[in-house]
Amino acid sequence: MSSINWRGVGAIFHHEMTRFFRTIWQSLASPVLSTVLYFVVFGAAIGGRIQSVEGVEYGAFIVPGLMMLTVLQQSVSNASFGIYFPKFSGTIYEYLVSPVGWIEVTLGFVGAAATKAVLIALVILLTSFAFVGVHILHPFWMLAFLVLSALGFSLLGFIIGLWAKSFEQLQIVPMMVITPLVFLGGAFYSASMLPPFWEGVAKLNPVLYLISGFRWSFFGLADVPVGVSLVAVAVMVILCMAIIRWIFATGWRLRE
Amino acid sequence: MGAIIEIDHLSKQYGSGTRALDDVSLTIDEGEIIALLGPNGAGKTTLISIICGLVVPTGGTVRVGGHDIRSDWRAARKLIGLVPQEIALEPFEKVINCVRFTRGLFGMPPDDAYIERVLRALSLWDKRDAATRELSGGMKRRVLIAKALSHQPKVLFLDEPTAGVDVALRREMWEVVADLRREGVTIILTTHYLEEAEEMADRVGVIAKGQLLLVRPTAELMGDFGKKTLTIDLDAPLAAIPPELAGRDLSLSADGRQLAFDYDTRAERTGIARLLGDLAAQGITVRDVSTRQSSLEEVFLSLVSENAA
Repeated sequence: MSSINWRGVGAIFHHEMTRFFRTIWQSLASPVLSTVLYFVVFGAAIGGRIQSVEGVEYGAFIVPGLMMLTVLQQSVSNASFGIYFPKFSGTIYEYLVSPVGWIEVTLGFVGAAATKAVLIALVILLTSFAFVGVHILHPFWMLAFLVLSALGFSLLGFIIGLWAKSFEQLQIVPMMVITPLVFLGGAFYSASMLPPFWEGVAKLNPVLYLISGFRWSFFGLADVPVGVSLVAVAVMVILCMAIIRWIFATGWRLRE
Repeated sequence: MGAIIEIDHLSKQYGSGTRALDDVSLTIDEGEIIALLGPNGAGKTTLISIICGLVVPTGGTVRVGGHDIRSDWRAARKLIGLVPQEIALEPFEKVINCVRFTRGLFGMPPDDAYIERVLRALSLWDKRDAATRELSGGMKRRVLIAKALSHQPKVLFLDEPTAGVDVALRREMWEVVADLRREGVTIILTTHYLEEAEEMADRVGVIAKGQLLLVRPTAELMGDFGKKTLTIDLDAPLAAIPPELAGRDLSLSADGRQLAFDYDTRAERTGIARLLGDLAAQGITVRDVSTRQSSLEEVFLSLVSENAA
């Protein structure tokens, strides 16, 4: 591993983060605004009727789900756009002719996308403090789940960006796959609230394991065992890295 | 100086069956400027793209500075700078940041003094804080050169550096290349413009249909093909060349109305004045004269057509 071009990683990471900070207000305003809307709609309007889920105030119960929703959406969109834009503008050639391989490009782009997603999720957590009292039972595991999920979905977004040949394709996976999975993954409810059959179906959704583990770090409540959640996210990270390595090794959609 | 690039039996066949490069071998010495000439689709860009890492070859090897481009790609790529044919820049990024970024990508520590020198040499220093989208086409091309030079490469590839640029800018590019030559950078450029190859290159390689047809020193090529022909239209036809005019490179057309005289443009005395004087002394009246040069372009075209035949 000593042959990794760390300066190359730093250059890509810095370049990606510069774009984030150049548009810091747009980057933060939109997720914060939608979080406030979720609190108003789900927390105040619906939460007034639900009261509590498994002993947790409904407004607080949805905080981990909201953070996870944002982390997944931001990770996928940041990482996919990050690598797609050089392909679109033609500057991808620079990455292919410089002494950086799949590991440097992945660390730079995915590292930056995950960092951005985690920063935004933390801003949402701070925003939620203004609406509900949230107590975090296991702060270390909360951060660990946050970072791992951001990494996993940034890797997935990176693959989408490598695969996409148009801006439409870039949008389709987050819209058609990620958002439904998050909504059906128990972001706003506990899987145990579903009828037994649908609870079984819900457990086929990988995002459920992320949200469940993440919610456990807040309240000690989980739909599935925490160990299973950790294994699920680790498997996702490893699988995505293997796919990216294959893409760079074969040059699929990159080299002729 | 030793070889910096060794291309050995390089081939590239695309999935569609197109043979873009066919058994090309070439050695380029350090500090040399070599121009690759060829029509569109000849394989020039494929050759450059393989050496730089954009295209994977299907056969043969390339070594840059002794490093194999496949097995020792990191070391090989560190030595190379590429100025691509298409202008591709991040539209919203500042010029100086674009150049710094490339330097970082190549694993070099920041060196703003060097980057300033590069930007000044390319007359970009005043535009360093401008977003690249605000620049003219010529300036964008210079930013690409600055990026390619940002990590102090030993070899610079210029893929059609003056395609689509005006005459003034073309001259400017030639000056940039001349400066780089003085610094000892090896340059490989592809071009459609023979004038460009003649102006800048030490050697010229002609590529057509994926094959390297010839590689020769530019001066030698120009020496062989830099001859001109003076055509003299005569007022009255001649039956034969008068013996007084014999002993020179003179020929008479079949109808006896035209004399053709081959001469070397670079010779101290071309012999034109003496020939015209002798014709007058013989009472031969000249109606018109014209000259024609067998240029590199003709050499190139004849080679390409020979190859096609």
